[in-house]
Amino acid sequence: MSFKRDKKEEEDSGGNPYQNLDKTIVLQEARYFNQSPVNPRKCSLILTKVLYLLNQGEKFTTQEATEAFFATTKLFQSKDVMLRRMVYLCIKELSNLAQDVIIVTSSLTKDMTGKEDLYRAAAIRALCSITDSTMLQAIERYMKQAIVDKNPAVSSAALVSALHLSSTAPDLVRRWANEAQEAITSDNAMVSYHALGVVAGSRKNDKLSTVKLVTRLARAPLKSPYALCLLIRLAAQLVEDDDSDAAQPYIEFIECCLRHKSEMVIYEAAHAIVNLRKTARDLAPAVSVLQLFCGSSKASLRLAGARTLARLTTKHPTAVAACAVDLENLISDPNRSVATLAVTTLLATGAESSVDRLMKQISSFVSEISDEFKIVVVRAIRRLCTKFPRKHQSLAAFLAGMLRDEGGLEYKAAIADAIIALVEENPEAKETGLAHLCEFIEDCEHTALAVRILHLLGREGPKSRQPSRYIRFIYNRVILESGPVRAAAVSAVAQFGAQRPELLPNIRVLLSRCTLDEEDEVRDRAIYYSAILDSGDEQLINDYIINVPKPNPVLLEKALRDHLATRPDEPFNILTVPAEEEVKESKEAIVEIEVRKPVQMSIEEIYAEQLAKIPGIERLGPVFKTNLPIDLTEAETEYRVRLLKHVYARHVILQFECVNTLNDQLLEQVHVRLEMPPEYEVKSIVPCQKLIYDKPDSVFVIVEYPCAFLDSLGTFGATLEFVVRDCDPNTGIPDPGEGYADSYPLEEFEMGCADQIRARAGSDDWEQTWERAANAPEASDTFVLSQNDINDAAKAVCEHLGLPKAAIVGEAVKEIRGGGIFRGGAPVLVRARLAASGGGVTMKLAARSPREDVAQLLLAAVG
Amino acid sequence: MVHTTMEGSLFEPTLYLVKGMCILDNDGNRILAKYYDKDVLPTAKEQKAFEKNLFNKTHRANAEIIMLEGLTCVYKSNVDLFFYVMGSSHENELILQSVLNALYESVSILLRRNVERRVLLDNLDAVMLAFDEICDGGVILDSDPTSIVGRAALRTEDVPLGEQTVAQVLQSAKEQLKWSLLK
Repeated sequence: MSFKRDKKEEEDSGGNPYQNLDKTIVLQEARYFNQSPVNPRKCSLILTKVLYLLNQGEKFTTQEATEAFFATTKLFQSKDVMLRRMVYLCIKELSNLAQDVIIVTSSLTKDMTGKEDLYRAAAIRALCSITDSTMLQAIERYMKQAIVDKNPAVSSAALVSALHLSSTAPDLVRRWANEAQEAITSDNAMVSYHALGVVAGSRKNDKLSTVKLVTRLARAPLKSPYALCLLIRLAAQLVEDDDSDAAQPYIEFIECCLRHKSEMVIYEAAHAIVNLRKTARDLAPAVSVLQLFCGSSKASLRLAGARTLARLTTKHPTAVAACAVDLENLISDPNRSVATLAVTTLLATGAESSVDRLMKQISSFVSEISDEFKIVVVRAIRRLCTKFPRKHQSLAAFLAGMLRDEGGLEYKAAIADAIIALVEENPEAKETGLAHLCEFIEDCEHTALAVRILHLLGREGPKSRQPSRYIRFIYNRVILESGPVRAAAVSAVAQFGAQRPELLPNIRVLLSRCTLDEEDEVRDRAIYYSAILDSGDEQLINDYIINVPKPNPVLLEKALRDHLATRPDEPFNILTVPAEEEVKESKEAIVEIEVRKPVQMSIEEIYAEQLAKIPGIERLGPVFKTNLPIDLTEAETEYRVRLLKHVYARHVILQFECVNTLNDQLLEQVHVRLEMPPEYEVKSIVPCQKLIYDKPDSVFVIVEYPCAFLDSLGTFGATLEFVVRDCDPNTGIPDPGEGYADSYPLEEFEMGCADQIRARAGSDDWEQTWERAANAPEASDTFVLSQNDINDAAKAVCEHLGLPKAAIVGEAVKEIRGGGIFRGGAPVLVRARLAASGGGVTMKLAARSPREDVAQLLLAAVG
Repeated sequence: MVHTTMEGSLFEPTLYLVKGMCILDNDGNRILAKYYDKDVLPTAKEQKAFEKNLFNKTHRANAEIIMLEGLTCVYKSNVDLFFYVMGSSHENELILQSVLNALYESVSILLRRNVERRVLLDNLDAVMLAFDEICDGGVILDSDPTSIVGRAALRTEDVPLGEQTVAQVLQSAKEQLKWSLLK
C-alpha cells in the first residue's frame, strides 16, 4: 500500500525528491548533525534540502535560521570535503537570517589559513559574509596574504570578498590596494580581472590615479578578456570626462582592442566607440565589426551588433544606412528581438523613397510577432509619420490595418496613440486619421481606449470641415455601449454643441435623450451640459466645456485631503492645484527593443514627500508650484547648496538642499540666515541637525509673502550658518569637543514673476479668449528692451514671465501670447508685441486679469 | 516639469555584471535560482513571476537571447532543463553569454553530459556548489568549466568505476563518444 502511494507521488512530482519538502521536518532532520560520527552523504542531503527550501523562497524565522545555522556548525568536525563545502554554502546563505553568526569566525579563520586549498577559498568567502567591519581588522593580515596567494582560487576569493566589503568598509579595503595591485599582473586571468576591479574600485573618486592605472595597463595589455573589457570601460569613462586631446591615447587603446581575438573584447570596444559622446575620428572599423556580428550564427552576437548599430541612428544615420543590407537580412531572423530591432532601425534611417518597400516587408512580418514587438514597430512607424509627413496616407492606412487585426489592449492603445499623434501633428492627415478612429470605435472591446478616442473626437471633431459626420459615430456609442463609454460620448457630443452653434439645436435633442439614461454618470453629464449650453453664456461655456483645466490627480487628492483636515468649512479652489502637464515624447528617436514606460512624476510630486515632514505644512494649503532648482554655490566648493522654491498661495518654502563635500567635517545645526526684501516675513525654519559627508539634506525656511502682490518681487541674500566638528574621515565619528560656529555665504537669488505663476502658451482660439477678457482690468505699457536681436528679446521676456517659448508667434513683428494662473488662483492673460526699431527693440505689453495688481505685477516684472 | 531618468549609454565599469542565474524545469518551475542585485526582483514573489514570464517567452523558441523587463537574458535548454543568465539591459551580451556557457558546461560535466532534470536533482548539491563557484554576489568568480567542476564536484571522482553499474558505464562512454564527435 505504502509502495503504491510512493509510486503515485513520484509520478505526481515528476520524480523530484525535493518537491513537497516540509520545512519543520527538514529542520528536525538537521538535528542529526549533533550526532558523532555523522554520515557525510546523509548530512549533505539534509543541507541540500535546507538550501533548496531557502532557494525556493521559503521563509525561515530568525529562530529557525539560527537553529539550522548552529546545527550546521557542528559539521565542522567532519573531514568530508564535499560536506565541508556544503557547510560553507549554508553558512553564507543563513548568515543574514540567523543570529550570532560570528560564532564560527574562529573555525573559518582556521580553515582559511589551513593547508587544504579547497577549504581556504570557500572559507574566506564564507568568513567575509559573516563578518562586520570591526571584526575585519582581526583578519586583515590573513586577507592581505590571501590576495597574493599563489593559488588562484584563494586569491580570487579574497579579492572578490574585498570588493564586497568595500561597500561597507572602503577605507580598510583601500589598505589592501598594494596587494591587489600586485595581483593584477597574475598569470591567472580571473585573478587579474578581480584585482583590477578592486584597484579601480578603490580609486573611483580619484581621477588622477585612475588615469595612471589605465595608462599603465593600456601599454601592457592584460590577458584576461574580462579584465580588458573592464579596462575599456574605464578608458571610455576617462574619454567622456576629458574633452581635451589628452584623451586621444585612450581612444587609440580602445580602437586597438577592436583587433583582439576575443569577440567579447571586440564588441566591448566597438560599443564604447559607438557610444562615446566625443566621436572617434573614424567610426568605420567599429561599424564594420558590428556589421560582421550581424551576420554571425550566434543570436547574442547578432543582437549585440544590431542593438549597437541601432544606437547610432540618431548620431550618425549615414553610418547605419550603409549597413542597410545587413539589417535587411535580419528582418526574417528567428530571434524576434533581433528582427524587430532590425526593422525599427531600418525605419529610423531609411529614406522617404524606401518607406513603401519597407512597409511591405513589415506587413508580412508583423503577423508573426508578439504584441510587445508589434508595439515597438508601431512606435517606429509613429516616428516615421513625424519624419515624413508626406507619407501620412500610406502610414495611416497601414496603422488602420493593424488596428483591425487581433491584439491586446496595449497594442491597440499604441496604434491609437500613433494615429492620435498623426492627427495632432499633421493637419492634412486629420480627416483620414479621425475617420480611421471612428471606424475603430465601432468595434472596440477596450473601454479605456474607446473613452480616449471619444475624447479626442470631441476635441478635434468640431474643428473639422464636416463635424456632423462624427456626431453620428459618437451618438452610436450612446446607444450601444457600456456606461463609461456612454458618459464619454455625452461629453464629446457636448463639445460639438459648444463649438459649433449651427449644430446646437440637434445637440440639445441628443443630450435631452441622454437625460433618461439608466447610468447616473451619463444622466448627470447630460443634464450638466444641457444646463450650461442652455445658458448661452459664452464665458461659461468656454470655462466649463471647452477649456476645462485638468489638475494633476495625485496633487489634487493630496490637496483635498489637506483641505478637509484643516479648513473643511471654506470652499475649495481647484485652480490652486497644479495642472497636469502633457507628457512630451522625447524627440530623440532612440531605437530600443523593449517597451518600457519611464516613471514620470512632476517635480511637485517628487518633493511632496520631503515637504510633508515640515510641521504644520498642511496649514499652508496645496502647493501651487515648485520651481526648478537653482545652484547657490559654484560646482566645486566645500559645501554645495541648491535652492528649491515651493510656492503656496500666501507662502513660499525655501528648501536649501545642502551637500557637505568635506569628509573630515561634520556640520551640525545647519540653518540659513536670510536677508529679505521688505514686507517678507520668516514664519519658521526647519534646520538640518546633522549634515554628514556626502549625504544631501535640506534646510527649510517658510516665508510669508507680502500682502500686496506687487511687493513680492525682490532679491534675497542668504548665508549658511552651522557648527563645524572635525571628524575622522574614515569612520565619520566626530572628535570630542565642542566644535566651532562658522558661516558660508551663498549667492543671491530672486523672487520673480515666473516663480509665482503657472503659465502656458496661448491656445488656438487665442483671439476669442483675449476678447472675452476685455471687461477685466488691463494694465499696459511700452518698454524699450536692452537686447538688440528681436528673437533674444522675445525669449528674455518669456523667461521673465515664465512663459514657454511656444508662446512666441509671428516673424517680423513678434507677438507673445500666453496666459496663466497666479498663486492664489487669479487667472491672467498677457499679450506682448515686439518690434525692432533702429537698433533696439520696443515692446508693448498688456496684461488682463480680474485682479488688477496681478496684471500690474506682470508689467513690473519686465520693467 | 517632467523628470525622466536617462541612463548613460556607455557600459558601467563595475564587476557586478550578473543580476541573476536560474535553472528551470520544463514546466517553468524553479529548480535553482539566484538573484544578486537587491534592486532587481527583490522578493521571491516577483522573482517567480519573472521566471514564469521568462519561461513562457522562451520555452518554444530557442533563440538564445531575449530582453525582458529591463533585463538581458541569455538562455540555453536541453531536454527538460532551461538555463538562464540575466544581466542589466545595458550590459555586454557576450559576457553574459560566457557566463551561461560556463554554467551549462560545468553542469553538463558534473552530470556526465546527462543534462536532464532527474539527473540534476540527484546531483543538486554539486550543482549548487557550481552555482556558487561561477558567481559570487553578482561578480563572475570563474568562467572556466573545468576549474569550476574541479572545485565543485568532489564526489564524481570518488565514485570508483567498480561501483557504477554496467549501464552507467556504457551510458557515460556513449555520451563521451557522442560529445567527442560533436566537437
